[in-house]
Amino acid sequence: MSSTFDTVAKIISETADIPREQITPESHAIDDLGIDSLAFLDIAFAIDKAFGIKLPLEQWTQEVNEGKVPAEEYFVLKNLVARIDALVAAKNA
Amino acid sequence: MRLEYFEMIDRIVSLDRGTKRIEALSTVPQASPIFEGHFPGHPLMPGVLLTETMAQASGYLVLALMDFTHMPFLMAVDRARFRTFVGPGAALAIAAELEHEGSGYAVTKAKITVEGKPICDAGLRFKTMPFPAGLDAPMRERARQIGLLAEAA
Repeated sequence: MSSTFDTVAKIISETADIPREQITPESHAIDDLGIDSLAFLDIAFAIDKAFGIKLPLEQWTQEVNEGKVPAEEYFVLKNLVARIDALVAAKNA
Repeated sequence: MRLEYFEMIDRIVSLDRGTKRIEALSTVPQASPIFEGHFPGHPLMPGVLLTETMAQASGYLVLALMDFTHMPFLMAVDRARFRTFVGPGAALAIAAELEHEGSGYAVTKAKITVEGKPICDAGLRFKTMPFPAGLDAPMRERARQIGLLAEAA
């Protein structure tokens, strides 16, 4: 898996106190790892800082709440990593 | 400063949208029931209330920078340090800077000084969300009372 995943997994492990080996690309941050919304904001802050981006959490939350996008699209880690890579690429474009 | 009502900021003295920084003044009251317990015969401003003071200055900064579209709620206090005692009558100078504006949250660094002497400092994080029903108007009124709206204009 990518270095982006490794960075995200390390952030989640340290921020939410979850053993690193439990965190896989298929992990769902909420359903599998039990990360609550407050802890997710801690993680988002660390990701924003690490990658120099701004995860659009409000937009994602709204889309999930309105049923437009399944939560898995944002909260399964391989999907989250893909979105981080896209945000980084957009920033550097 | 009215400790019992959690009115921790007396007056906003500057708001700089460029540097995303706010400065405020507040005077610790001479008397308060809080000092009867903290501590009997030896009144000291509690650290949690100094933290609240830094949080409120930060909160007004976030409110102003977001043009009162969102309400900040304190969600994390990082690296808080209380460097010396503060008693009744102390004139607090509070400063806060926005460190990061995320989506749905904001991060500040804040500090309090008295006559240039460091009192306390902390990193603070806030969840930002649309105003709960009925909170918008009182927050704007309080912001007007302390001069935030004048500075933000």
